[in-house]
Amino acid sequence: MYGNVRDSSAAVDWAVMMMLLVGRHRLATAVLLVSVLVAGCGGGSAGGGEPGGISPQAMADALHTVIEADRTVYARHVVNRLQDQEQVIEASEHWQDDRTLPLPAQMFRMGAELAAERTDRFRYALLSKWPVNAQNAPKTEMEAAGLVAVAADPSQPFYGTESLGGVDYFTAVYADVAVAEACVNCHNAHPDSARDDFAVGDIMGGVVIRIPVG
Amino acid sequence: MHSTLLRLVWGLATVGLAGWLAFTLANPDADRRVFQPGALTDGHHQIELACESCHAPFGGVRQEACLGCHAAELEAALDSHAASIFDDPRNAADLARIDVRACITCHTEHRPEITAVMGVTLPADFCAPCHETVADDRPTHRGLSMDTCASGGCHNYHDNRALYEDFLVERGDGGLETFAGALPPRETWVSWDAGERAPLTAADADAPAPAAGDRALIDAWAGSAHAAAGVGCGDCHRPEGTAWSDDPGLSACAACHELEPEGFLAGRHGMRLAAGLEAMSPAHARLPMRADARSRTLGCGTCHDAHAVDVRPAAVDGCLACHDDEHSAAYADSPHARTWARELSGEGPPGSGVSCASCHLPREPRRVAGAERIVVEHNQNANLRPNEKMIRDVCLRCHSLRLSIDALADPALIRRNFAGLPARHVASIDMALSRRE
Repeated sequence: MYGNVRDSSAAVDWAVMMMLLVGRHRLATAVLLVSVLVAGCGGGSAGGGEPGGISPQAMADALHTVIEADRTVYARHVVNRLQDQEQVIEASEHWQDDRTLPLPAQMFRMGAELAAERTDRFRYALLSKWPVNAQNAPKTEMEAAGLVAVAADPSQPFYGTESLGGVDYFTAVYADVAVAEACVNCHNAHPDSARDDFAVGDIMGGVVIRIPVG
Repeated sequence: MHSTLLRLVWGLATVGLAGWLAFTLANPDADRRVFQPGALTDGHHQIELACESCHAPFGGVRQEACLGCHAAELEAALDSHAASIFDDPRNAADLARIDVRACITCHTEHRPEITAVMGVTLPADFCAPCHETVADDRPTHRGLSMDTCASGGCHNYHDNRALYEDFLVERGDGGLETFAGALPPRETWVSWDAGERAPLTAADADAPAPAAGDRALIDAWAGSAHAAAGVGCGDCHRPEGTAWSDDPGLSACAACHELEPEGFLAGRHGMRLAAGLEAMSPAHARLPMRADARSRTLGCGTCHDAHAVDVRPAAVDGCLACHDDEHSAAYADSPHARTWARELSGEGPPGSGVSCASCHLPREPRRVAGAERIVVEHNQNANLRPNEKMIRDVCLRCHSLRLSIDALADPALIRRNFAGLPARHVASIDMALSRRE
């Protein structure tokens, strides 16, 4: 169904992706990614890639595994622990001015922008039907449909294809769950938030991963 | 016969003209203004003869050229619209309407007929394509025209460090107060790698004649920080065994003072030198300058006396020796000038006086050599792009945020060098506070 990201520069792509991820994330998570990619390259990926290749779906799933793991670790063990539990330092939107920690959503976005500077082989973003920043509301039909779908069934990612700016993309949307009190406290209290009734465990939005195909 | 001669003349003239144009185009030392499709902006006209500073040969303007000069300040400004924000396929439809990732989308050069403040060449309602529904979320914005977002004193496209909502709320209480404040003390930092040296006296002056016989010069140096630090005549005038030079130039200063030349070369005073052109002169300026200053050229020594090493004359006298516009001419009778006079006389505490340099060459916190220090930004234009940049490090030292924002949005008050109160009121603080009630 989806075009395979299996071209002449595939090996380089994987190397770039691995360097990106290994450089920024914990070794254990990288090992997990390696296992997923190796499985994919062997033709046994969840997305049904052809032998010797890896499907966009398997690549998106692997990327999301790392992204979600890091996001959870930062929210729980950095922000929630230091701000809400041990009250050592706060996390705030204007963290440079306030000399505080970046918010988890900012941490996510900064990582996404840095990755985008280094490769155009994938993009990822954090979106929501109830965004604090209106620019993070769904813009494309695929984003809107995906956010609805993962809110209805968080266990199932939403997959599809779309054409943006003349380029075809495999697009995957994954549920983004409020993993700590820090998440819901901040969103419920923010004057720009469209909701003030989030609870831990609620779906607050979705992670959208795009991989150019074709 | 007659027409043959005409054709020959026409042909020779064409070849000659083409040859001259080709030679001029290829020669970086030639006056290539003939190729300009229109005048450059105030920010770039100084380097109009250095086409390669911005253009790729037979190509367009290089984005890297823009970023080579402006990337650092955009990063320091926490750029509200950094290109990286938009570099996601989900923005493809917006970028098709206006590709804000390229500087030249909004800042097209050589188009004086459409160039507005800050070198913007888009219509004033350029925010509309992405923010036209802002009033849906912010009732305070209902009825506001989209051409007032960036022109009304509320928002800037890049630098909103003194204008963002939480900042306004946190510091927006009160009225148009002015209080007794002071700028932080400067911290001189030099990259001096010659180790500790014993102080020098006039007897140690190693200048050749006739400089050696200039007692005023020698005495000024002997009483300076340079002599106290063991920096002798030869260290600047004859560095590393070179021949003696009466005018050592910027490189001699930069050997120890790394930060200051960096800012100087990035600003309008030094950007010609940075582009490989001869030094900036008041004769090249578009602002009104004193007639007797037209032959001067700008280097460190234009404002600073390297022998006396007293920076106070550079803070006002150095500026007014050349600048003769309305704002500069009004300084002498301004409230700021009175505070400066009190500081110079010892009546006011250090840092309480407001000189030209207080605002235009501001003392800023910067991480230098592993420590945060207060250093002087020598790019005298950086604080004016836009002028709200000076709110945090300068204005708020003595004025309320409300007064600072209103004053900087009042061109007439700026021309009077802030004599009086602003006639304009920017509603941004009122709007921000109303959302929190």
